[in-house]
Amino acid sequence: MVEGRIHSIETMGLVDGPGIRTIFFLQGCPLRCVYCHNPDSQTMFSKRRITSDEVVKIAKKYKPYYKSTGGGVTFSGGDPLVQGEFLVETMKKLKAEGITTAIDTSGYGDNRYYKEVLNLADIIILDIKHYDNEGYKNVTGKSIGGFYKFLSYLEDFRGTIWIRHVMVPSFTDNEESIIKLFNQIAHLASKIDRFEILPYHKMGIEKYENLNREYVLKDIPEMDREKAKTFEDMLAKMLEQERQKYRIAKEII
Amino acid sequence: MKQWDGFKKGDWTQEVNVRDFIQLNYTPYEGDEAFLAKESERTKILWGKAEKIIKDEILTNSVKVDTTKFSGINNYGPGYLDKENELIVGYQTDEPLKRIVNPYGGYRMVKNSLDAYGLEMDETCEKHFNEYRKTHNQGVFDAYTKEMRLARTAGLLTGLPDAYGRGRIIGDYRRVALYGIDFLKEQKLIEKANVSGDQIEETIRLREELSEQIRALDEIKDMAMSYGIDISQPAKNAQEAVQFLYFGYLAAIKENNGAAMSLGRNTTFLDIYIERDFKNGIITEIKAQELIDQFVIKLRMARHLRTPDYNELFAGDPNWITESIGGMGEDGRTLVTKTAFRFLHTLTNLSPAPEPNMTVLWSESLPKAWKEYCARMSIETGSIQYENDDLMRQIYGDDYAIACCVSAMRIGKEMQFFGARANLAKALLYAINGGIDEIKKDKEGNPLKIMDGIEKISDEILEYDTVVENYSKVLESLSKLYVNTMNTIHFMHDKYAYESGQMALHDANVHRYMAFGIAGLSIVADSLSAIKYAKVKPIRDENGIAIDFKIEGDFPKFGNDDDRVDQIATGIVEQFISELKKTPTYRDAEHTLSVLTITSNVVYGKKTGSTPDGRRKGEAFAPGANPMHGRDENGALASLNSVAKIPYKNICQDGISNTFSITPTTLGSNEKDRINNLVGIMDGYFGQQAFHLNVNVLNRALLMDAMEHPEEYPTLTIRVSGYAVHFNRLTKEQQLEVINRTFHERV
Repeated sequence: MVEGRIHSIETMGLVDGPGIRTIFFLQGCPLRCVYCHNPDSQTMFSKRRITSDEVVKIAKKYKPYYKSTGGGVTFSGGDPLVQGEFLVETMKKLKAEGITTAIDTSGYGDNRYYKEVLNLADIIILDIKHYDNEGYKNVTGKSIGGFYKFLSYLEDFRGTIWIRHVMVPSFTDNEESIIKLFNQIAHLASKIDRFEILPYHKMGIEKYENLNREYVLKDIPEMDREKAKTFEDMLAKMLEQERQKYRIAKEII
Repeated sequence: MKQWDGFKKGDWTQEVNVRDFIQLNYTPYEGDEAFLAKESERTKILWGKAEKIIKDEILTNSVKVDTTKFSGINNYGPGYLDKENELIVGYQTDEPLKRIVNPYGGYRMVKNSLDAYGLEMDETCEKHFNEYRKTHNQGVFDAYTKEMRLARTAGLLTGLPDAYGRGRIIGDYRRVALYGIDFLKEQKLIEKANVSGDQIEETIRLREELSEQIRALDEIKDMAMSYGIDISQPAKNAQEAVQFLYFGYLAAIKENNGAAMSLGRNTTFLDIYIERDFKNGIITEIKAQELIDQFVIKLRMARHLRTPDYNELFAGDPNWITESIGGMGEDGRTLVTKTAFRFLHTLTNLSPAPEPNMTVLWSESLPKAWKEYCARMSIETGSIQYENDDLMRQIYGDDYAIACCVSAMRIGKEMQFFGARANLAKALLYAINGGIDEIKKDKEGNPLKIMDGIEKISDEILEYDTVVENYSKVLESLSKLYVNTMNTIHFMHDKYAYESGQMALHDANVHRYMAFGIAGLSIVADSLSAIKYAKVKPIRDENGIAIDFKIEGDFPKFGNDDDRVDQIATGIVEQFISELKKTPTYRDAEHTLSVLTITSNVVYGKKTGSTPDGRRKGEAFAPGANPMHGRDENGALASLNSVAKIPYKNICQDGISNTFSITPTTLGSNEKDRINNLVGIMDGYFGQQAFHLNVNVLNRALLMDAMEHPEEYPTLTIRVSGYAVHFNRLTKEQQLEVINRTFHERV
């Protein structure tokens, strides 16, 4: 049995996928997002290990909560796609137990397992960091190529997609950026359930001090929640229009 | 009787049987809240006036008290706030918010309360009362043993009802509306005539009590008549039904000042009258809501005279006017009616408020729209608690109600002898320190031995087996002492402060529970876990008393859904109740046990030394059955699951309280998700036999701001263990405790 490296468990995840979800935060992320609020989950090294059987055993305890809300297990991180082999093995076992799975990812991981993961997953929560290479590099330290790779796999995905974007003031808090972000995923609109704008906040800042790391965004203010909400509403409309187009196209065919 | 026209007849017309009346006549409601009406103009004016005097009382921290006479069902003239706009009438005294002096529990309590507000009792009353009348408190202390006094002084047994009214009795106030006083009196006379057997203590007492009850019924009727309302006959419409029922309750709170004076389960009953009025075309939705709104205004104005000590334990003037709402019937129909919605809707029409203590009886089978409405009201007002109807219905049937916070009983058929709680964390220290209190000293400043027969543990590192063995001895001895103390208290309470008005609204032969309680369960579980899984080294003072503990290594903590420690917690409650059951009770009451502290967890903490789990001396306990703050590492559901393992039926059958606080953004990204998730949490939690949940949806930052600017948050209501309270009315210590309590939030 492959062991997974794990950062922590949240038994009451209510915002990362539909319903009540048990979240397994897997350790390790290839990206170094400037606003990451869990920098301690970035490194690939971790003492804490978990087996797929243990994941299933824990998840089963929360089945009564999944039942009425359509919840299940979410793998988050770090980026769970980094531990593809463990993920696939665990997802298979969860499926056998009738537990649905969501993958909360930036689309940056081990592409050998993408196909299998997407075959097993019910929900993909995809975080779009930026819409162009330069911006992507500024935010994450990596080029946008890896993200595009995962995006290409998503075309065959049959489940539901949630899109997310962390909005940082002066980075993407304008209409032009919103349109460009949307264009990245517009072709997947029929599968997308929601597009959430997460307003940038500074609640993770002490963790940087504890890790003795510099906090790059220290001079940038938190994102205004109301403003973020207007962009989110705008995206909801765009999404609806796109779905409409898709429905019409389908009817014509 | 013509007042019963339009009702389906049955057994209830021949005998007192409210449940039968309800089952034959109520209309379940499975729809949503769209039908609800706003408050009427009259209500708006009346609530405006009521709110003003309620606020003034808080702001000026002064109370009005009638010091010219003593408590009684019909000792006070009628009182009004705004006669023109009051649809439902009746206050405890001749003025709203004027408090009653009830001396029967104990006179010192009265004196301290009056002193605290700079008031004095009428000299003649005081003199004669003390000269000619003995109180419950005097009776108790005449019969207490030395061990009982010591346990009380040290804070091993605390909050005992030995100096004030015991409360926790629910009269079946519906009977007044359904039957009228004359029918009830007739039935009582028959019951009395039917008492058979030799005049031994039991029968003598029963006959005397029934006579008292019969006199009380007359007094209730006369009291109502002083408002110009004749309640000798059944209520003929919804307004009368609400009014008559309220008079029944009003009599109870005129006669008694128990900590918890609960209301019962009335919405399904009242709904039948409202529905009949709709059929007869004599009511509109606005009027129906107006009746409920005005009823609730009256309930929000009930007051009792308390001492400052009491307020420190239970802040915010709580009365636990608990109304149990909803639930399912034994036949599978829901007991939710439109009036259940109307009752919760008062939180919108008036404002969020702690009283009445809204208690939703949760079942997986409840109508979806009702579940969602409750969740929405919880999110908006923070005023609701939830208890597991699927668990309780198996034991009590479908016509039970909650007294106080979590104590279930069949209405009009069962009562309880309230027993506060034993400090099991302190008891654990006694196991280590050989029965010597870790804080309290005798008059000469020497160590004070509270419990005999326990050998002091002098190991350098605490051994699990040794501690458990000693702890078993402590629990054995404590249980015996506790039951005997309770027997003494309730014997005297029956003798000197009998609740004749409330008991008149019960059957002659009631089943009695004796409700014992636990404080500090999570501390005991974590302490034993630390001793078992880590290394715990006591640090002892010059007398060899462990005053601190050094812990090396990690250990499983209660609240993480970890059986290694959760089973310790379960084992403790099982052991304690089985020990308690070994000592017989007064009046053959059935032993029950609760895990409930209300806000007293702060005071218990103050009185308890450092414990082997790492908790410092004086630090607050977790409330009720909650895990200790900050020890749950895997999120809220793990914490809920740990608490859900504590068994209810036959073990903690007087309730297991759990308080849950979550920030709105953690609960869900939008309103719809938040409602859906909260409903799911409750279905999941109660689905695994959990008993109770207080739900708070708030931000920690908001509470901190409310601490600094109380004037900006006049109606901010939060749930603490077992009741709701305006946040502003908690003591600073209690506020901090609430703020420090684990808040489930998403970073």
